[in-house]
Amino acid sequence: MLTTQRIMLWVMAATLPGLLALIHFFGWGVLINVLWCMGIAMATEALILWIRARPVQHTLMDGSAALTGLLLGLSLPPLLPWWIALVATASAIILAKHLYGGLGSNLFNPAMVGYALVLVSFPEAMSTRWALPLSLQETPLSLLDSLSVFTGLGSTSVDAFTGATPLDDYKHAIDGAIASQVTTAPIYGDRVALGWEWVNLGFLAGGLLLIQRRIITWHIPVSLLGALTIMALLFGYDPDQSVPLGLHLLAGGTMLGAFFIATDPVSAATSNRGKLCYGAGIGVLLYTIRAWGSYPDAVAFAVLLMNLAVPFLDYYTRPRTRGHKRAGRGVPS
Amino acid sequence: MGTQFDFPGGIHPPDNKLRSLQTPIRQAPLPDRLTVPLRQHRGDPGRVVVAAGDHVLTGQPLSEGQPGRSVPVHAPTSGTITAIKSHEVPHPSGLEETCILIEADGRDQWYELAPCPDSASTAERYDHLHRTGVVGLGGAGFPTRDKLQSAEAAPDVLILNGAECEPYITADQALMRERPDSVVAGALALWRLVGAGRCLIGIEDNKPDAIEALRQSAEGTSVEIRVVATRYPSGGERQLIQLLTGLEVPSGGLPADVGVLCQNVATAVAVDRSLRLGEPVIQRITTLTGEALARPGNIEARIGTPLDHLLFEAGLDPQRLHRLIMGGPLMGFDLTTTGLPLIKTANCLIAGTAGEFPDPPIPQPCIRCGLCEQACPVDLLPQQLYWFASAGEHRKAEHFDLFDCIECGACDWVCPSHLPLTDYYRHSKGVLRQEQKEQAEADHARQRFEERQARLEREQAEREERRRARQQAREQHHNVAPAEASEAATAAATSPTAPGPDRETLIQRRDQARQKVEEAQAQLAEAREQTPEAVPKLERALNKHQKRLDAAEKALSDAQEDT
Repeated sequence: MLTTQRIMLWVMAATLPGLLALIHFFGWGVLINVLWCMGIAMATEALILWIRARPVQHTLMDGSAALTGLLLGLSLPPLLPWWIALVATASAIILAKHLYGGLGSNLFNPAMVGYALVLVSFPEAMSTRWALPLSLQETPLSLLDSLSVFTGLGSTSVDAFTGATPLDDYKHAIDGAIASQVTTAPIYGDRVALGWEWVNLGFLAGGLLLIQRRIITWHIPVSLLGALTIMALLFGYDPDQSVPLGLHLLAGGTMLGAFFIATDPVSAATSNRGKLCYGAGIGVLLYTIRAWGSYPDAVAFAVLLMNLAVPFLDYYTRPRTRGHKRAGRGVPS
Repeated sequence: MGTQFDFPGGIHPPDNKLRSLQTPIRQAPLPDRLTVPLRQHRGDPGRVVVAAGDHVLTGQPLSEGQPGRSVPVHAPTSGTITAIKSHEVPHPSGLEETCILIEADGRDQWYELAPCPDSASTAERYDHLHRTGVVGLGGAGFPTRDKLQSAEAAPDVLILNGAECEPYITADQALMRERPDSVVAGALALWRLVGAGRCLIGIEDNKPDAIEALRQSAEGTSVEIRVVATRYPSGGERQLIQLLTGLEVPSGGLPADVGVLCQNVATAVAVDRSLRLGEPVIQRITTLTGEALARPGNIEARIGTPLDHLLFEAGLDPQRLHRLIMGGPLMGFDLTTTGLPLIKTANCLIAGTAGEFPDPPIPQPCIRCGLCEQACPVDLLPQQLYWFASAGEHRKAEHFDLFDCIECGACDWVCPSHLPLTDYYRHSKGVLRQEQKEQAEADHARQRFEERQARLEREQAEREERRRARQQAREQHHNVAPAEASEAATAAATSPTAPGPDRETLIQRRDQARQKVEEAQAQLAEAREQTPEAVPKLERALNKHQKRLDAAEKALSDAQEDT
C-alpha cells in the first residue's frame, strides 16, 4: 500500500539514474547542491512547523520537504555559491509552501518558485555557473575544488570549469552559422549533447519507473513531451535556423521537468483530461520561452504559469460522472 | 463467457474469503431468546399485530406493512413474546429501535403457511412477497416488492447479483456452491414473475466452485451464467449492470430506467420459497469470519438470534477481538457490542484482531495524488469532493456530483494520506439533505405566509368596497338642489393638491355661488324685459357664475368622498 511517505521516497529513488548521470558528467557540485538543498529544506520545514506549532517530526517524516530540496538541487547549476541555493530553498519552503498552508495547500510548485526567484534575482550566476562536462575540463574539478567553489573559500576560479549549456550555445551560435558548424563544438559530443543526453535518459528511465509503480500517471509527461515535440517540429524544423528537437528533448531540464517537476500532484491539474491540458500547456510554453524568450531553458516559468491555470483547468476538465450524459463544468460561486 | 463491457476504476484488495469457505454452511442452534427489530429494511417499521404474552408460531407475522415502504417481520421460531420495547439494533448510528423479544419454547412449531396460488395476478404475487417480508438480502435491504414495482414494463434483462465483490463476505458464494439448484429455481421464479427478456447471473471469477455448480444446475434452462473479472466493486448494482449490459443507470434514476432489474441471489431464493411454499424470511446465511474466530464459516441462523450466540458458536476469542464489523471491511460498520440481533441485511460479521485491522494511522494532508480518482468506479473526482467537503463548501461538492457517490470506499482504501474520504462525503450529503429539508420547510412556510397576506389584502379590499358602496348610497340620499357658485370654491376646486378647506367652508362657498347664480338669473330675466341690449353681457356673467357653482359643488362632493 502506498503512503504519502512512500510516494515521496519512490520519487526520490526514481531520480537516482539522472542524479548519478549528473554527478558522472558534471562533477561533485551536483551532489553538494542536492545534499545542501535537502538539508536546508528540512531545516526550514522543521523551523516553520515549530513556529506553526505543528508536529515537527511526524510531518517532516512525510518526506515532502526533502523531495523539494532534492528537486531544487538537481535543477540548480552545479557550481552555484551556497547562499544562492540557500535563498532558493528557503523561499521554496517558506514562501511557496508554508505561507499557503503547508503540504497539499500550495498553488505553485515550491521548487520552481525557489528556482525562478533566484533566476531573476541572480541571472548572471544562474546562467554562468553551469559546469562543463568533466571530460572537457583541462584538469577535472575535484571534490575539494567543488567545495571551494561552493563555499567561496579558497581561490578556485570557476571560469575554467564553466561554459554555456548546449541549449544556450546553440540558440546563439546558430545565428551566424549552420547546424553542422555549430555542433562541431565539443559540448555536443558525438550524439546530441555530451552528458546531457545521458542525464535526460536517466530521468526518463526514473520517470517510467514512477509510471510503472503507478505513482504518477502518463498524462502529464506524454502531453508535455508531445506538445514540445509538435512545437519543435512545427516551428523549429530547420536546424540551421533554430534549436532542433533532439536538443529540446535531451538537453536541459526537459525530462526532469516532464517526469518529476510538472507531475507534482499538489500544484498540477487533477483529472486525467486536466493533466493532459496542463502538460500540453507546459510543453507549448517551454518551447515558446526557449525559442522566442530570453531564457535558454524555461521549465520553471512554464510550470509556474500553468500552475496558475490549474484551478480553471480543474473546473472545466472534469470527467463525465457515470450515469450523466455529459461532464459537469464550472463551479457554483 | 466474459464480458466486453467495463466500468472505470475499481480496486483489488486482498479478498480474505478462503477462511470462511473451509466448511459447508452450518445450521445455528436455536437460541433461547430472540430479538426481532421491526425495521430490518430501508423504510419504515410495520405495525405490531401481537402483544407481550402472546404465544407465536414459527413464521407467524409479528407486524404488518403500512402504506409506504414498510415491511412486516415474522416470528423466527415458536415461543412467547416477553416484551415489545426499544432495544439496540445493528445500525451505524448505534440507536435503539422497537424490537419484539421472544422467548423460544424450543419446539419450533410452524405457523400454517400459505403458498401463493397459481391463479394470483402479478400484483397479488408482489403483495404476497411483501406479506412474507422479502427484502434485498445483499445488504441494502430494499423492499423487494417496491423494487419490482419500480419497473412500469417488463425489464429487458433480469440480473441476479452473485458477484459478492467485497472482501471477507462469502455468504452468497456458499449459497451458490452448495445450493445451486435453489439459486436457479429462484432465478426462474423471479424471471417468470417479472417476465424479462433474458436472465443473467453475474458472478466474479474468484468463485470457480460456485460458477461450476451453477453452470450444472442451469443446464437445460435459459439462465445465463456470466463470469466477470474480480474487481471491487463489481457487485455494486450499477457496476454489475454496466459490466453485463454496458448500460449506465442514469444519475438519480433506477435500473428500471434502462430496462434492467437486479436482485441478489439470496433474495431470489427467498422469492422462490415465498411464492412456492409461503415461507417468510425468518432466517439467512451469514458469514462469520475474522482472525478472532476459531471456527469461521457460513452459518444459517434465524433472524433475531443474538450475535454473541453466533460468535460463541464460531469460537470467538474475546481477548483477541479488536473490531467487530457488520458487513464487509469496506462498506460495513463497526458494532460496539455483541448483544445485537441478527437482521435480514446482515450478510457478514467480522471479528477482527488488532493485527488484522490495525487502527488507522494519523491522516496526512491530501496531496492530490489522484489515486482515488483512478479508483473511483463512478468517475468522480474524490480529491475535489474531499476538498469541498472539508472546507464546508457542500454546494460545490454537490455540483461535482457528490450524490452519485456509491460510498464503496475504494478511495479510502487507496488514499496514501489515510483520509477517511467516504466519511467526509457522508457528512456532506447529510448536511445537504438537511439543507434541502430546511429549504423545503422554509419554502412551505413562505408560501403559507404569502397566501395569508394575499387573503388579508383581499378581505381589506372587499371591506373598502362595501364601505364605499354604503357611502355612495348615503350621498344620493342627501342630494342637494343646485345653487350659486363662488370664487373661493373655484380656487379650492382647481387646486386639489393643496390642503383643502374643511367641509363647512366648502358648503358656505357653494351657497354663495348658488346665490350669485340666482342673482344673475334674476338680472338676466329683468334685462330681457327692460334692457335687451344688456342681455348678452348678462348671459356671459350667468354662464360664469354657473361654472363656479359647478366647481364648488364638485369640490364639496370630493371632500365628502375623501373623508
